[in-house]
Amino acid sequence: MTIRKPLAVAAALAAAASLSACSVLGANADDKASPSASGTPGGTVTLVTHDSFALSKGVLEDFTKQTGVTVKVVQPGDAGVLTNQLVLTKDAPIGDLAYGIDNTYATRGLDAGVFQPYTSTAAAASDAAKHQVDDSHRLTAIDLGDVCINVDHQWFAKHQLAEPATLDDLTKPEYKNLLVVPGAATSSPGLAFLLATIGAYGEDGWQAYWKKLVANGTKVDAGWSDAWSTDFSGGGGDGPRPIVLSYASSPPDTLPKGGGDARVGALLDTCFRQVEYAGVLTGAKNPLGAQKLLDFLLSDEVQADIPGQMYMYPVSTHVTLPAEWVRWAPLAGKPFDVPADEITAKRSEWLSQYSEIVG
Amino acid sequence: MTSLTAPGPGRTAPAVAVRPARRRLPVGRVLGWGLAVAVPVAFLAVFFAWPVVVMVGKGFVTDGRLDLSGFADVFSRPRTWRIVGQTLGQATAATVLSVALGVPGAYTLYRRRFRGRAAVRALVTVPFVLPTVVVGVAFRSLLVDGGPLGFLHLDGTFAAILAALVFFNYAVVVRAVGGLWERLDPRATQAARGLGASPWRAFRTVELPALAPAIWSAASLVFLFCATAFGTVLILGGTRFGTIETEIWIQTTQFLDLRAAAVLSVVQLVVVVGVLTIAGRARARRERALSLAATGTAVRPLTLRRRPADDGHPLALAAAGVTAVVLLAIAVPLVNLVVRSLRVDGGWGLDHYRALGAPAPGVPVSVWQAAATSVETAVDATVIALVVGGLVALVVSRRPRRRAARRAVAGFDALFMLPLGVSAVTVGFGFLVTMDRPLGLAVDLRTSPLLVPIAQAVVAVPLVVRTVLPVLRAIDPRLREAAGTLGAAPGRVLRTLDVPLAARSVGLAIGFAFAASLGEFGATSFLARPDRPTLPVMVFRLIGRPGPDNYGMALAASVVLAALTAAIVALAERLRAGQVGGDW
Repeated sequence: MTIRKPLAVAAALAAAASLSACSVLGANADDKASPSASGTPGGTVTLVTHDSFALSKGVLEDFTKQTGVTVKVVQPGDAGVLTNQLVLTKDAPIGDLAYGIDNTYATRGLDAGVFQPYTSTAAAASDAAKHQVDDSHRLTAIDLGDVCINVDHQWFAKHQLAEPATLDDLTKPEYKNLLVVPGAATSSPGLAFLLATIGAYGEDGWQAYWKKLVANGTKVDAGWSDAWSTDFSGGGGDGPRPIVLSYASSPPDTLPKGGGDARVGALLDTCFRQVEYAGVLTGAKNPLGAQKLLDFLLSDEVQADIPGQMYMYPVSTHVTLPAEWVRWAPLAGKPFDVPADEITAKRSEWLSQYSEIVG
Repeated sequence: MTSLTAPGPGRTAPAVAVRPARRRLPVGRVLGWGLAVAVPVAFLAVFFAWPVVVMVGKGFVTDGRLDLSGFADVFSRPRTWRIVGQTLGQATAATVLSVALGVPGAYTLYRRRFRGRAAVRALVTVPFVLPTVVVGVAFRSLLVDGGPLGFLHLDGTFAAILAALVFFNYAVVVRAVGGLWERLDPRATQAARGLGASPWRAFRTVELPALAPAIWSAASLVFLFCATAFGTVLILGGTRFGTIETEIWIQTTQFLDLRAAAVLSVVQLVVVVGVLTIAGRARARRERALSLAATGTAVRPLTLRRRPADDGHPLALAAAGVTAVVLLAIAVPLVNLVVRSLRVDGGWGLDHYRALGAPAPGVPVSVWQAAATSVETAVDATVIALVVGGLVALVVSRRPRRRAARRAVAGFDALFMLPLGVSAVTVGFGFLVTMDRPLGLAVDLRTSPLLVPIAQAVVAVPLVVRTVLPVLRAIDPRLREAAGTLGAAPGRVLRTLDVPLAARSVGLAIGFAFAASLGEFGATSFLARPDRPTLPVMVFRLIGRPGPDNYGMALAASVVLAALTAAIVALAERLRAGQVGGDW
């Protein structure tokens, strides 16, 4: 057995150590850099939001310019993860303002006492009030969107098949093995679609409908991106299925680069309306900053930025929508509806029934 | 202290009386070992046990009272039993398959020398770090009806999940077993051959028993990875093939049913501890001092033609054949990924790669910046994991004479494997409910960039231990005793014997820990701050946004992650190889 001088190991460790020194320094510098803004008069406000949150570059900086308050963003996961984390950390909140809780989770947060009342006086506050969950003013609507069945026009034209239009159509034999949806237990658009069917067929009728869907070869994926990018024919991944569950705002993303019609269209008679809310957290360290940020979310600057960045409709009725949205992404006239408190009360029961049916 | 106790039955450790008299342990030594035990334990207690206990506790305490009715409730659901069965079935099948394919791979890639070996070794590590969303795309776009492999009709089947799990874990077996194999002294096998044993018999009776500890080590790692696989299972099989892990995820993040999640966490813990115990027993029975050689002497060139000096050629050829098939199977999804990342508007181009330099849509940094963050975080995590894991391995490598002490050492070993077997959701959420004032200190660690490398290190520690330990354990205790007899102080024995020998596997351990940290997504996704996302988090964000450009960028970013991993793993191996002075 030979034991050699561990020269290279020493070198390796030295290299690792120096690298780590480098990175530890980097981390420190970064640490100083981000809260350095706490030196500014308004301090820092922490926004807790879902992982789809995005604004154009410079928008949050404008907020800092206007108010002196710096924004730190925390994104723990999707709307469900976000809500549950807020409930769990109620006694020591991870931020000041929450944004992105939708109507399927709103009452869970409200029941747990996660939010404190605040009545915004921002320009779009009256528009927001049209979508309020209850009259306690703890949650303020910021944007909304429709989760709808989408179809690949190109596929149907090529196969000379008439496109489906309603939920009932999806169970017809000519559309066998053509639909793909994200699962309701694993994705929020999937849950929204389940709620659409509950809204359409009633609390006792949706189970039969889902059995028919499954019998008609509906594929249930884990998440939206699997369904859209892998199984759907029009989402860029060239999958085999031409009908997918997505959003009313999806078609503009399928506009050809050189101009022309959107490849995909939304079926507006199959939609469920999602409304996203913001609320000042109970126990927030900087409640005033949180209120200012909530007002800012209702400002024309943010409201106009929402469609391009988050694929949702602003609640404000007086900001201009992108031209391709007006043409290709109209909202549903009469989306299906299930009251928020009923969703909270029955979600588990519905989802376990659903899981049994879908398998 | 120990000198009066008789050695346990069946132990090979000779009850030698030649040790220098040690009536009382020197203070320094006690202090040293005390620290070696205390530092890792403190680390594990604060950053793993505490968050998990608090989180699970939340499910069992209602209104300040202990409420265990959850057990009866959860166990009365037929779904629970199905899920437990599926978890065990999936993990066992994937483990058996990974070991069966990985052992020939370890032989070919670590015992044989050929051109491009370093590249191949790096390649097999790539799947280990790929974000599950990306593996989902890579696999599913191949298997989906109308895809290149659609004719196999594997989409959404158990076989597809199994293939993906093996894809992920092949490297674990190859690296863990290969690391020991390349240093195994070939003379024992040669002697067996000289005495007339066939190559197969020599392998089965000499080499395989010598490798058994490393194989059991690797198998227990793979089992834990498979039993806690979450994204892979959901994306490839949907909720139909749900496991304990996916169920905990759903109960915690979607239903907020902490009671069910807590019960399932306990079930998971029982399964994990059971498996660790079995594997630990099996390992311990086979563990003994081995004659280790420098890699140069044990590794021979791989040739397809038979040479007179090349013993056991058909076996080597068979191993090479199996390895080649597996490599092909690993390469296909990876190539598919690269091909898809080059698709631009129905044509081909590097547009998605060019877009990586600008801030990505929805995230304030570019993919390159995220890559830098990933590397920085991984360096920190690796250093932490090396220190903690190195200490654990050192302590566990001791074989005290007293039975109780031996049990304690075995328990200590198993303790540090637990993080691999406990749900990332439970740990991630546990961090949130405990790290607002860790240990009563007024620092909110929950949103601090420090917590990410720590969370990753918790997962990387067991990998370091499992890589370094087989080598440390294989050191003949008589060597230490001889050194002691010759007057070397215990510290000096450590410094001149254990550390240099263990250091040979440090390159492997660094590569492993680094890869684990680069690819870690579960806990990181709960903790990562959006202004400093890691590469896997970035990929996840991009793939979640509509539009072909975002999809293309996500795939391109995954290719970058794969390339980065391969490069770093190759580099880590080079560090080690330089020291042994072998094949470079």
